[in-house]
Parts: sequence; structure tokens; C-alpha cells
Amino acid sequence: MARSTTITVEVDDVSYTDDVEPRLLLVQYLRERLGKTGTLIGCDTTNCGACTVHLDGTSVKSCTMFAVQADGRRVTTIEGLARDGKLTPLQRAFHECHALQCGFCTPGMIMQSASLLQENPHPSEQEIREGLEGNLCRCTGYQNIVAAVQAAADGTTTSDSATENGASETAGVA
Amino acid sequence: MIPSAFDYAAPETLAEALSLLGSAGDDVKLLAGGQSLIPVMKLRLADPSMVIDLGRIAELSGVRDDGDALLIGAMTPHHQVATDPLVAAHVPLLAKAAATVADPQVRHRGTFGGALVHADPAGDLPAPALAAGATFIIAGPGGERRVAAADFFQGYFSTAVGDGEILTHVRVPKYTGWGAHYEKFTRVAQQWSIVAVAAMVRVEGNSIAEARIGLTNMASTPLRATAVEEALAGSPLTLEAITAASAHAAEGSDPASDLNGDAAYRKHLAAVLTKRALVAAAGL
Ligand SMILES: Cc1cc2nc3c(=O)[nH]c(=O)nc-3n(C[C@H](O)[C@H](O)[C@H](O)COP(=O)(O)OP(=O)(O)OC[C@H]3O[C@@H](n4cnc5c(N)ncnc54)[C@H](O)[C@@H]3O)c2cc1C
Ligand code: FES
Ligand code: FES
Repeated sequence: MARSTTITVEVDDVSYTDDVEPRLLLVQYLRERLGKTGTLIGCDTTNCGACTVHLDGTSVKSCTMFAVQADGRRVTTIEGLARDGKLTPLQRAFHECHALQCGFCTPGMIMQSASLLQENPHPSEQEIREGLEGNLCRCTGYQNIVAAVQAAADGTTTSDSATENGASETAGVA
Repeated sequence: MIPSAFDYAAPETLAEALSLLGSAGDDVKLLAGGQSLIPVMKLRLADPSMVIDLGRIAELSGVRDDGDALLIGAMTPHHQVATDPLVAAHVPLLAKAAATVADPQVRHRGTFGGALVHADPAGDLPAPALAAGATFIIAGPGGERRVAAADFFQGYFSTAVGDGEILTHVRVPKYTGWGAHYEKFTRVAQQWSIVAVAAMVRVEGNSIAEARIGLTNMASTPLRATAVEEALAGSPLTLEAITAASAHAAEGSDPASDLNGDAAYRKHLAAVLTKRALVAAAGL
């Protein structure tokens, strides 16, 4: 019988210390231990991207990582993006561009888009499509998702146009 | 899908990892980025009783200048190989190939060394490593040994890394004055190579002085397209010469037949993709 291991992980700005079995996947830890059900499991085979979270600021598939590997590190989920009830420009862009239908892929799409915009704040349409190649959407046909990422990068979301902090805030989203 | 239970260790030095590996018995697995091992454990196609995580060993990660070569740590993630300025300057072939692996999330976790030791015939790093004449540095109980790329890949998912050993670094010579390209053929996004070609070309004036070509998924191991390399050495830098030489790309290959294509189709692809890779590498 494998021993359980104590881990300390910072998730969405809160530090947690827990005993976990080494085989516990990060996505199960987030959903079942911490109740962070905003992170979804779509395929469980590293293909769909629904489980995407940030590990120390870069995107990873949390179904393909053990919770013990996150010991001492910082995890950001979709639930950690909004501040004081205020959506980030990228989240607003998904809302305004109608970038979702059923919404199942959306948390992963937004987390991967945020990672993409950090690495490349002004991507071309082609770069957005390639940047989202590990995220599957069964509803939208991707068109409006690409438009939303473009709008967030351009700082042209409507509720954002009154302020001047669109693109830079998006880029610093994680 | 939940893997079988296992004991877990996360050593912080290579020495500690080797000693754990030496005392752990046969039923142990090294964990690098986990992007091949964890899916296989979830399917319970692998159920090690112990997992040694290499992820906390700083000395195994990163790219270093080593005189006439680069030293790439086995634990360097694909994303870093794809974006590292030293790799871009001296062995752009590896950066280009690493950028085609899987998707961004997998490239953030998956590692250069993990992909090479995993040695999937459709993997995108073995053929470039072979074409670039990489040397594999392997640590074991008796110290360190060096293995040339030609001897490293031994068969289907099998390499020179033995039980009790850890791939620590890959030494890749610097290529000054060479053009490079990795041409990968897939049907859908985020797919493994159906066939891919890694090409490096050194042009002198109006002729090709030297070419180095590696083939992905044309046999159980990566292959050098020796017949093409020989045909190109000293040949004029023209589309006709490249096309004629590329027709020999599949010589000596033994590709599999599967749902993505049969062996004859793969042989056809090898010639077409070799031509495309050479044209791009030579800047024609
Ligand atoms: C959805 C998906 C798509 C993919 N598409 C591609 C693709 O298009 N092209 C491609 O090339 N790859 C692809 N991959 C695989 C990816 O490149 C993996 O990162 C790679 O195969 C394994 O690297 P890893 O670091 O994740 O190793 P792990 O999964 O951790 O380990 C793989 C194996 O190597 C052993 N090992 C690892 N490191 C060492 C070491 N230093 N010394 C000794 N043994 C070691 C492990 O014990 C294990 O047996 C894909 C993976 C996924 C999940
Ligand atoms: S649930 Fe992780 S990639 Fe689909
Ligand atoms: S909105 Fe339904 S899967 Fe993307």
C-alpha cells in the first residue's frame, strides 16, 4: 500500500496543505478535495484541454499531472481569474463575442488563451488557432473563440472600452 | 481513470535519484514530464510499484553552451527547446521540431529527454537528434557513459538507456552556416507524425556542400536518408537536383501500415516531404 504524501500547494491565492495518495491526479485534487469544480474533465486522455490550469503561470493539462508534482508550486484555475467579482478582459471577451454555447470547454479555453496571450500578447489569427490546438470545442466551430481572443488582445471588449487597461490587463491575467 | 497505487519519491539531486533507482528493484519507473507515462499508467498499461520523479532535479534542466556544442538537459521542456535562443541560433532544427510536438500544454510539461527515451517511432525529436549527430549522456551506477545517436535508438520504444540508468543530457554540435527545416505531415491538429522529415543543408555558392536528413516514422527507429544525403553532396542547388535526390528518401526504410496510411503511402510521403524539407532548409 503506497504511503500518502503531504503537499502544500497555492491554489488561486490560497495555500492548502493536504495528505494525498501519489496517484491522485491534480484535476481530482482540485475538484474533489478543494471543490474547485470550475476545472472540468472532458476526455481524461490529455486531448481535450477542458482540465487546463496554470502551474506557476503556464498552462498544463491537470488530468495529466499528479497532485504531488504540484507540491510547493502555484496553481491558478478558472476560479482564480476574476478579482472582486470583476471578470478579466479575456473573460468579458468570451461573453461578448458569444464564444461559448454549452460552456463545457470554456474554462480550459480561457486558461489556455490566457497562457497564449502571456507568451504572445498580439497573436495572429493563425497563431491563436495553433495556440488552442490542444483544446476541443464540440459546439462553436471555434470562430467566435478566436474572435474573443483577438478582441482581448486588441483591448476592444465593449465594457472595457471606457477604460484603457484592456490588453495589458489581459496579458497579466495569470 | 485512476492509476494503480505506487510509492513516490522526488529526489533533488542526480546522485540521490541514481541511488533510489539502484535500490528500488525492477518495478520502478522514472517520471519526467509525465505526458507519455501518466496516460499509460491511467490505462494501467504500466503499473509500477514505485515512481521516481525527476522533476525537482535542477541540474537536469536547461540549455547550456558547451564550446562547439550545446548541452541540453534531459528535463528541459519542449516549450523551452522550441523558444531557447541558443537552440535557435545553433541547432534551429531542434527548435522547429519541438514546436510541432502535441499542443502548448503538453509542450509545457513534456521533456526533451523523456521524448527521446520514450522513442516512439512517430515522436518528433528522435529523427532531428539523429540528423544532428547528437551524443547521449547516460548516468548509471558505474558512472557516466556517452552513446552516439546512431547507437541510441535500438528498436520500437527501445533505447540504449538500461535499467538503473538515467539520461542526463544530450550534447548537440553547433551548426554554423546550415539551413534547417522540420516538415511534419498530419491530417488533424495535435497529431503525431504520419511521416516527418528533418533536414539540414549547408550551401556553398550555387551548390549543396552537405545535407543531413532524418526520417520520422519510417521504421521502428528514426533513420538517416543516406541515399539522399549522398546524392546531394556537391550537387547543384536546384529544384531538379533536390527532387531527383529526394526520390531515394525511402530507400532502406521499413514503415508500418496503420489507419493513417500503408507502407507504400508512407514511402511516397517520405519522398515528397524530403523535397519540401530540403527546399525550405536551403531557402530555395
Ligand atoms: C496528446 C498528446 C500528443 C502528443 N503528441 C506528440 C507529438 O506529436 N510528437 C511527439 O514527439 N510527442 C508527442 N507526445 C508525447 C510527448 O512528446 C511526451 O512529452 C514525450 O513522449 C514523453 O516525455 P515526458 O517528459 O512527458 O516523459 P514521461 O512520460 O515522464 O516518460 C516517458 C518514458 O521515458 C522514461 N524517461 C523519461 N525521462 C527519462 C530520463 N531522463 N532517463 C531515463 N528514462 C526516462 C520514463 O520512465 C518513461 O518510461 C504527445 C503526448 C500527448 C499526451
Ligand atoms: S480532461 Fe484533460 S485533456 Fe481532456
Ligand atoms: S461551447 Fe460546448 S464544447 Fe465548447
